[in-house]
Amino acid sequence: MTSPYPIASILGILFASLTIAAGLIWLERRLLALWQDRYGPNRVGPFGLAQVIADAIKIFFKQDWVAPFADKPVFIIAPAIILVTVLLSFAVVPFAPGIVVSDPNIALLFFLGMSSLGAYSVVLAGWSSNNKYALLGSLRAAAQLLSYEVFMGLSVMGVVMLAGSFQLSEIVHAQRGLWFVVPQFLGFILFLIAGVAETRRLPFDLPEAESELVAGFHSEYSGMKFGMFFVGEYLGVTLISAMITVLFFGGWLGPVLPPVVWFLLKMFFFISFFILLRASLPRPRFDQLMSWAWKLLLPLALLNLIVTGAVVLLLA
Amino acid sequence: MEIAFYIAGVVAIISTMMTITRLNAIHALLYLVVSLLAVAVVFYILGAPFVAALEVIIYAGAIMVLFVFAVMLLNTGESDIVRERLLLSSEVWLGPSILSSVLLAEVGWLLFREPPTGAFPAAIEPKEVGIALFGPYLIGVELASMLLLAGLVGANHLGRRDPGTEETEEAENADTRARQPAAGGDLVRAGADRVTSAP
Repeated sequence: MTSPYPIASILGILFASLTIAAGLIWLERRLLALWQDRYGPNRVGPFGLAQVIADAIKIFFKQDWVAPFADKPVFIIAPAIILVTVLLSFAVVPFAPGIVVSDPNIALLFFLGMSSLGAYSVVLAGWSSNNKYALLGSLRAAAQLLSYEVFMGLSVMGVVMLAGSFQLSEIVHAQRGLWFVVPQFLGFILFLIAGVAETRRLPFDLPEAESELVAGFHSEYSGMKFGMFFVGEYLGVTLISAMITVLFFGGWLGPVLPPVVWFLLKMFFFISFFILLRASLPRPRFDQLMSWAWKLLLPLALLNLIVTGAVVLLLA
Repeated sequence: MEIAFYIAGVVAIISTMMTITRLNAIHALLYLVVSLLAVAVVFYILGAPFVAALEVIIYAGAIMVLFVFAVMLLNTGESDIVRERLLLSSEVWLGPSILSSVLLAEVGWLLFREPPTGAFPAAIEPKEVGIALFGPYLIGVELASMLLLAGLVGANHLGRRDPGTEETEEAENADTRARQPAAGGDLVRAGADRVTSAP
């Protein structure tokens, strides 16, 4: 299943994902405001929607300062890595039949690979800044991202077993009768937690915990380089929500409405859930975060894998 | 396809050479990551997409991040770059260069004797790899898992705390907190205090 118009698909998905990521800044501020009983940005344009454009123009004109003590080449390349890896992951996400850039038979592995490469962005940003707070932030990031990657990969293997393929369109087709969230509920919860940790969103934003580390790994960044980390984070949220939709909630499948609409509805539901998490949960301590990953979530992921394997073998 | 193969091959060779010659450890590691990614592309073109994906996830994405993590903890500075420069003198290059040029000559001779067919083999599906691994190569998988288990047990032993220190941890933490101003807030020194204060 490849697109009949590959160039149109590539440009369309690129434009749509960047627009959604930028729009999320507005959505997050409005939703947070709603849950905290205030208004949020509502002055610029209808419902304050033009706030995003105003912010974008402002950030482009800000001084782009590279600290003289920084490791310049690494400092410059670090924010680019996160954007490149997340945008490349969007290449394998099937939004609807025909609306996909590429649908290889290793699509899920490609997504996992890109998300593990994305860790370099945070780690290198902190190291190259040559700043104690930034270094502490990126040390935390390296440990956190590595730990949560391990069971993120394991938690989706149950889905792979049930669908019998790494190909994302195959996985969606395998959910025609029943969404995988029902037989793989544990896998879904684990993937969700790992997804929050991988995008370094609250409550797992310890690499940039502003109350203790200034701004963590991006303390020294300014202007559009900071903007790239910012947009990269929102792109990550969009990507994880899209992957949850594809892997556990039947992707584009749904009655009456066109497939793309179903996909976007489900995706925005999970994006809003991510924002709700930020609005409602406190941050754990770093040692709690690490011991949950290795002592609780990893064994649960392995258990899920064994049980799913046994059930698949019994039913076969 | 053929052009992509040669480009990836050249990138792999250049980045590997840069890995060896860089003086800054992090820069060298980054070139090694690029080299691993280039090798992944080569695997993909040669019809092994599964191996290519694992190369990216495990080598470039996990093992190398751990390397970078370890180097970051070491906090290397200017003095290390000077020492590295002294290590890479021209006499040091002599032996490895002769040995590797012998190998290069051999590869060239082999290519000259048996010219490559020029055809790329068909891609192997992940499913076929799995069936082969858990069919004829099952013993290899089991041996590898035993080796990994041995590594895990070893790591656990090395990282183990003395049973005595576990109980006094609370008191120790309070002790470290009290000492922190004296250590100038320097985490490394504060940590060093902590080790010496263990009974």
